[in-house]
Amino acid sequence: MRYAMAIDTKKCVGCGDCVVACQTENNVPIGYCRDWVVENVAGTYPRIELEIRSERCNHCENAPCVRCCPTGASHIVEGGVVLVENNKCIGCGACIESCPYDARYSHPDGYVDKCTFCLHRVQKGQDPACVSVCPTNCMYFGDMDNPNSDVSKVLATRKFKVLAPEAGTNPQIYYLI
Amino acid sequence: MNEELIVSGRMNPGIDPYLHIWHWQIPLYLFLGGVAAGLLFFTSLYYILGKEKELPTAVKWASFLAPVALVIGLFALFLDLKHKLFFWQLYTTIRISSPMSWGAWTLMLITPLAFVWSASYLRELVPAWDWKLKILYDFEKLIIKYRKVIAWMMIILSIILGIYTGILLSAFNARPLWNTSLLGPLFLTSGLSTGAAIIMWMSKDHAERALFSKIDLILIATELFFIIHLFMGFLASTQVQINAAELFLGGEFTVSFWVFVILLGLVLPAFLEVLELRGYKVPVAIPAILILFGGLMFRFIMVEAGQITRYLY
Repeated sequence: MRYAMAIDTKKCVGCGDCVVACQTENNVPIGYCRDWVVENVAGTYPRIELEIRSERCNHCENAPCVRCCPTGASHIVEGGVVLVENNKCIGCGACIESCPYDARYSHPDGYVDKCTFCLHRVQKGQDPACVSVCPTNCMYFGDMDNPNSDVSKVLATRKFKVLAPEAGTNPQIYYLI
Repeated sequence: MNEELIVSGRMNPGIDPYLHIWHWQIPLYLFLGGVAAGLLFFTSLYYILGKEKELPTAVKWASFLAPVALVIGLFALFLDLKHKLFFWQLYTTIRISSPMSWGAWTLMLITPLAFVWSASYLRELVPAWDWKLKILYDFEKLIIKYRKVIAWMMIILSIILGIYTGILLSAFNARPLWNTSLLGPLFLTSGLSTGAAIIMWMSKDHAERALFSKIDLILIATELFFIIHLFMGFLASTQVQINAAELFLGGEFTVSFWVFVILLGLVLPAFLEVLELRGYKVPVAIPAILILFGGLMFRFIMVEAGQITRYLY
């Protein structure tokens, strides 16, 4: 099993619903967030292009945060989901330094916090909070090893990219372009 | 134009607007760890070579500073932790892939050894010292008997400690400025150089001072070579590392790096040491303080600048 997410940059309008849904679902402390929306503007007027991306932890297959963690608090569970065990985390910041996506933050309680792919929902057969609320249905979640999952089907038909592939992390958030 | 804006208003402290999760504690520790590594390396080296009589400062007196540096450094590391009461989790596991893990274990081994080593010379430094308990006198006898074993352990551990302070940073491939294998040897050289500077400063003996002055000159030359090599590597590498190098070649760290680290921290002390070796009167404290200052600045600048550099996408 290999959980992954595909996000359609052509359909995303950047409303930020995914951010609010995540904050509500996961009790993210006020002022922090586990996912966020980036607007990329490239080119020179009048030839400019806009790309909107909802970003979060990439649940990398070769996760530098797990490699650098001195206590084993950052670990990979079934489905390739990268999690942090709060009571093992010493808050040294090594994983925050090692993440090419700046997807982790220091929780006010001391430990490091990040996206969990809403594993507590996924295990019940539901989609992650961000995916389930998206008003344009631009996010797809599922098992890459299952050819009939939403994410496998959309990746089979569309062109996509990942962020910073040169970092060698093999990220599992795919952006449809 | 290629502009990236976070439109959902992400303001995670420590990450936004740019990464700043490590503050003064980490560079201070990297400096003190390097100093301790340098002191203990020369202490052990010259003890093993049987130079206890000729080089008393290097073998005996300077090594008293190593446990002090280690304890202050460890305290700074502790202050850096955000989940402090869980620090003991470091010692429930050994993670080979994490330099911070084996660094923590190295510190766990070398700190008591440094204390034991100093304790074995304490009654030579303070003749009136009384251990009070017989068991402590027995322990002293035991460590004096096994000094050679301790020296061999310390020389290996001090090299690991010195090089790990650099490898700690170079393991983070998300920060292009740090992500070069040269950083380990560079930090080791710098640590040895600061250690040698302290021994040189403390020494009362002319021959010992001249020896450590020469050692320091070689280390400074090696360091300059590594730094030039570092920038050559960056400029011949990918865009993110070219951007990292540009922070020092016209960017915001240009003045602080070239003036404080290169000129005041390496070139000027080297020049003063050459003058002194040629027979001119130069107070030894001046090059020593400059080298220590340069080493401290180097670590502050590397940690600060490294956190700004990142991947582009």
